[in-house]
Amino acid sequence: MPRLNKEGRYPVNLILNGRKVTGHAEPRMLLSDFLTHEIGITSCHVGCEHGVCGACTILMDGIVARGCLTFAVQADGCTVETAESLASDDGELSDLQKAFKKHHGLQCGYCTPGILMSITAYLKENPKPTEEELRDMLSGHLCRCTGYVGMVRAVLDYCENRETTE
Amino acid sequence: MKPKGFDYLKVATSQEAVQALSDGGDDARIIAGGMSLVPMLNFRLAEPQILIDISKSEPMNYIRIERGAVEIGASTRQAQLEHWDQLADQLPLVKAALPFIGHYQTRARGTVCGSLAHADPSSELPLCLATLGGEVVLRSTGGDRVLSADLFQTGMLSVAKRADEMVVAARYPVKKPGEGYAFTEMAQRRGDFAIVALAAVASAGKIRLGIGGVADRPTVREWDMLDGAALDDALNAFAWDLGGYDDIHATARYRRELVRRLGRRVIEEAVSCRV
Repeated sequence: MPRLNKEGRYPVNLILNGRKVTGHAEPRMLLSDFLTHEIGITSCHVGCEHGVCGACTILMDGIVARGCLTFAVQADGCTVETAESLASDDGELSDLQKAFKKHHGLQCGYCTPGILMSITAYLKENPKPTEEELRDMLSGHLCRCTGYVGMVRAVLDYCENRETTE
Repeated sequence: MKPKGFDYLKVATSQEAVQALSDGGDDARIIAGGMSLVPMLNFRLAEPQILIDISKSEPMNYIRIERGAVEIGASTRQAQLEHWDQLADQLPLVKAALPFIGHYQTRARGTVCGSLAHADPSSELPLCLATLGGEVVLRSTGGDRVLSADLFQTGMLSVAKRADEMVVAARYPVKKPGEGYAFTEMAQRRGDFAIVALAAVASAGKIRLGIGGVADRPTVREWDMLDGAALDDALNAFAWDLGGYDDIHATARYRRELVRRLGRRVIEEAVSCRV
């Protein structure tokens, strides 16, 4: 791969939520800014911009990533999933999102997209977490509204019902 | 909260990486997981002219057992080590320490070697390397050199790596028969930086205790087997020798107390799990 110059703007190709998209970025452009300003998605929320709050958490090639600790040029050629990928095309919420709604897992909603993406990745590794494991995983996110109780209930409920329907 | 401009080069091999380091002089930095480096870039505490990205390097992504040590390549992520099927058998101390490192989300991207190169005094992976007596492999266009953990980390965020060198691998000595291992730490919340982190190794006649988060680097002390008041005295002397400081998270006095109390607890746990 050639060296990218700091002054230049380079094409960045992604498979974003199943769709091929292209935008342009300087090497220093954060993936969170790229997704928001260049591509136009609205779920990659920027909170602290140093990897602590977790609001910008997305999946890159199926693994969780902080959008604010990743440069857009690093994601070139990668598969990226954001919270937009969760609901169906006609806007029906996913079962996980419905559980969040039911259990008051959100209030202002700013931290929610990042948390939903973390949970999506985490449940693939650990399909039936205990409450303690869930709280440990959620420690990588900051929520200033809910106190996390609703989120924990939502995920436990979601995991249980998913089991009985499968 | 946006980094200053930099050139960017994605490399596939360590040869390409060290060539780029050699060309880039003092202003080149390696990026792997970016969990420590990118916050420093965003805060403009680091302003490199070029970032050399090794995160997608397959040849540097490995965990293998070689000459009595687990060798971990530079692009190997902490989560990969966490899920390595031989971790409990080969590196029980690291297994015990891993859940304390950052969060699930940062372990997914952060690398083992990146944590060593960053050299935060409260980090768990440098503490485990120092306590186990491990090594770091440094590479430049001139070749490789190997440094023991105590020679590698020289202070807070400081290592003995030259600007034209990169950490290509870490070597953690494998579990030895008859040794017991234990790890614990105190932090204000789960995933926060440790106020004090403690790693203990117990063998037939010796106990070894490594402390992170107090001095400017992990500090290790070894004693002949002690217990009772003799252990209390040894821990008290160690706690004072570490020279802790007051900060927003804890006082020096509290840190000494943690070394004394948790030190005893972690040593007793290491002794009890000797096999």
